[in-house]
Amino acid sequence: MNDTIARPKQSVRSTSSVGIADCDIHPELKDRYGLHPYLSKRWRGHLDQYGELGFDVFSDNITYNGSTFNALRRDAVPPNGGPPGSDLPFMRKQHLDPNNVVFGVLQPMVALGNGGRNLDLSNALASAINDWQIAQFVEPEDRLRASVVVVPDDVVAAVAEIEKRAFDARFVQVEIFTGTTEPLGHRRYRPILEAAAHHGFPIGMHIGGRVGGRTASGWPSYYCESHIDLTFAAQTQIMSLILDGVFDQLPSLKVIVVECGCAWSIELGHRLDMLWRRMGSEVPALKHPPSHYLRQNIYFSTQPMEEPDPPEELNYLFDKIGWDRLLYASDYPHWDFDDPRYAFKARISEEHKAMLFRENAKKVYRIL
Amino acid sequence: MAKHVVGKAEDVGPGMRKVFEVRGRPIVVFNVGGDYFALLNRCPHQSAELSMGLISGIATADEPGHVQCSRRGEFIRCPWHGWEFDIRTGQSWCDPGRISVKQYPVSIAAGAELVEGPYKAETFPVSVEDSYLVVDL
Amino acid sequence: MLHNPTSVIDCDIHPAVPGNDALIPYMDEYWQDQFISRAIGEMDLASYPPSVPLSCRPDWRQDGEKPGVSLDRCREQALDKFNCEIAICNPLYGGQVAASGLMGAEVCTATNKWLAREWLDAEPRLRGSIVVGSQLPDRAAEEIHRCASDKRFVQVLLLAGNEMLLGRSHYWPIYEAAQKHGLPVGIHAGTMYRYPTSGGMGWPSTYLQDYASGTHIFAAQLQSLIMEGVFAKFPGLTFVMIEAGISWVPSFIWKSKKDWHGTRGEVPWVKRSPAVEIRDRVRFTIQPFDTSKDPVHVEKLIEHLGSEDMLLFSSDYPHWQFDGDDPMPPGFPARLRHKIAQENPLRTYPRLMETV
Repeated sequence: MNDTIARPKQSVRSTSSVGIADCDIHPELKDRYGLHPYLSKRWRGHLDQYGELGFDVFSDNITYNGSTFNALRRDAVPPNGGPPGSDLPFMRKQHLDPNNVVFGVLQPMVALGNGGRNLDLSNALASAINDWQIAQFVEPEDRLRASVVVVPDDVVAAVAEIEKRAFDARFVQVEIFTGTTEPLGHRRYRPILEAAAHHGFPIGMHIGGRVGGRTASGWPSYYCESHIDLTFAAQTQIMSLILDGVFDQLPSLKVIVVECGCAWSIELGHRLDMLWRRMGSEVPALKHPPSHYLRQNIYFSTQPMEEPDPPEELNYLFDKIGWDRLLYASDYPHWDFDDPRYAFKARISEEHKAMLFRENAKKVYRIL
Repeated sequence: MAKHVVGKAEDVGPGMRKVFEVRGRPIVVFNVGGDYFALLNRCPHQSAELSMGLISGIATADEPGHVQCSRRGEFIRCPWHGWEFDIRTGQSWCDPGRISVKQYPVSIAAGAELVEGPYKAETFPVSVEDSYLVVDL
Repeated sequence: MLHNPTSVIDCDIHPAVPGNDALIPYMDEYWQDQFISRAIGEMDLASYPPSVPLSCRPDWRQDGEKPGVSLDRCREQALDKFNCEIAICNPLYGGQVAASGLMGAEVCTATNKWLAREWLDAEPRLRGSIVVGSQLPDRAAEEIHRCASDKRFVQVLLLAGNEMLLGRSHYWPIYEAAQKHGLPVGIHAGTMYRYPTSGGMGWPSTYLQDYASGTHIFAAQLQSLIMEGVFAKFPGLTFVMIEAGISWVPSFIWKSKKDWHGTRGEVPWVKRSPAVEIRDRVRFTIQPFDTSKDPVHVEKLIEHLGSEDMLLFSSDYPHWQFDGDDPMPPGFPARLRHKIAQENPLRTYPRLMETV
């Protein structure tokens, strides 16, 4: 692979176009051997014998099974076989073309993503996922962009992977799942965040990683609990990034919270400010009230769309979060997919639509 | 409202569903044990094609852990978010008073009647010996 | 109704157990011996170290004194100042978090006996919560039965963070006992610290983040209580979320409701939308009022909660949640003051009516 690759020919169309940016598309492997071409013989053999050695309770299945197979859209199974998300022509036909997606960010959730317990294997997988995204999706389809998958628990390797992809314009962000081993603000992860900030990569912080929805009071029984409990991880990460001083050290770092909701962030800001007024003495280095960083460094993908009661309240919520913070995401081909035409149940002004469907993504992903 | 002959009854066998376009609208016809029902083929939530969903029964329970399954084949689950709709009424199970799919009357007509009319929009030959699905729209 | 239309029912104050020495007289012979011979150390909760700013408002602090130990100061700083006709005592001490369930149960029992003797006997405006641990649900149920004959105990009190989520049937003996005596189950902020406050992402580096994360535990508990079928199994039970904060609740309700539309087949005993269940069956004390001071936003928050019956007046004395003499939050609508200060608490706690 060549490290320095020219920007793809087709860039995102101007605001006058009705094209949209989708910041959460999940590419899938055609089968369990999908990464083999990108792995050395040593790791292919290892995988065949020992598997990925992750954190789930079953040897080859996730702990909390969703309402559908692998939480995928039932209508997204490609007619030519393979799981939803694995067939690029069908992805074009079912999603990119009809929804006029002119810019789509791939967020791979395959093969442990951010890593399992064997760090050497995890690093090999992360690098393979990065090569696979380019070869199978971005090279043949220039509306799509890739995420740099890294293993946060191996900081040296993660930084090296970021450096390796930093001059390839087909990668637009570093992908880290919310379920890290420790909160992301902790010192051990700082070099990864520094490297991302240095190269202008936002962090795409997608829900997931490690196991399901463990809570501070034990394990939920049901998927319908786990699906909600998982979202708190994003709040943990935001609090840690702010309170552990990441944004004071790296003011240019952008973190996109993906698939965790967003309405809660308004009140998280109030709650943190309230506590900071009482106990700022615990974090004396913090330069601003915590809510400042929410408005400065954090972005939110819209899916799964908030459905307030009544629906028109969406405008109030987005006003408070800040329209410049919001990025449309479909989550294609997962079951809780948001259709760009119908997901927003309120009347949204054209100006605001332009922001959340295009303009914000252009700025955050630096695609102008 | 006009009556539209959409196809042969035998094209939608028991337990099956089939999508027809009637006056530009996608309509899904279900055959539930010989009874036919026609729904708009769009989930009221985000417009997913209901026809791509799973046909199922409904799970109910009066007590945690004591579940009964009933009315097998009478519900369609949206292929995206899994909302359950009663094929017989179009009503959602989660909020039947507020969330439902538009339903259309559907009937069976013998080919012999159809030849006489007054039905619209037949785009296929009708034979006297077959039965046909007629949707009111 | 209370005698005075402008007085309040404070649904969350914290008399502090001075230490093990105060409880040992209320323990049985075996546990007296254990505590004395092993010189077991003090058991204040890691969730509320007495020295952290949140544990006591600065102008209420006395040098060298643990916050909340003095009844006189409680009268002067809270009961008289806030015009309380009734205040519900929620002592937070180590019984609920002890690793040994037997020790925990004994400390809880001693705490309840201590509260009745030292506080409730001495001050007629006070009512108590029956403090129980979750370690041994059968022992908790026994303690509920023991205390329930004293009508001054008006609810059962659990801590938010436990070894398992509170919906699990393991805990149902507690709910059965509470329902039998018509007692609501209060769930108070704080945790046994069996897991990091983040859940699965390791330990945060600050107390501030630990405390802020309390909302995640409450949300997970609510989801657990509903989805495991506790509301279906115990139709007479009300849950009170105490010191849980409030501002997180609307977005949680929306999400829980939206998910239930598609996943309810997994838990078919949940027959009503979580939004309806929560508004009908769950109450929240108002401090900390963790939102904006802007009255327009406060009105929005209340509108988004979807029910004005859910809020219960509280000061959280002596925790530092507000400044000044009025625990009623800035921007809180005047039209709801009487409702949350009297009507809602009287409806939530049936025993208050019997003793007014």
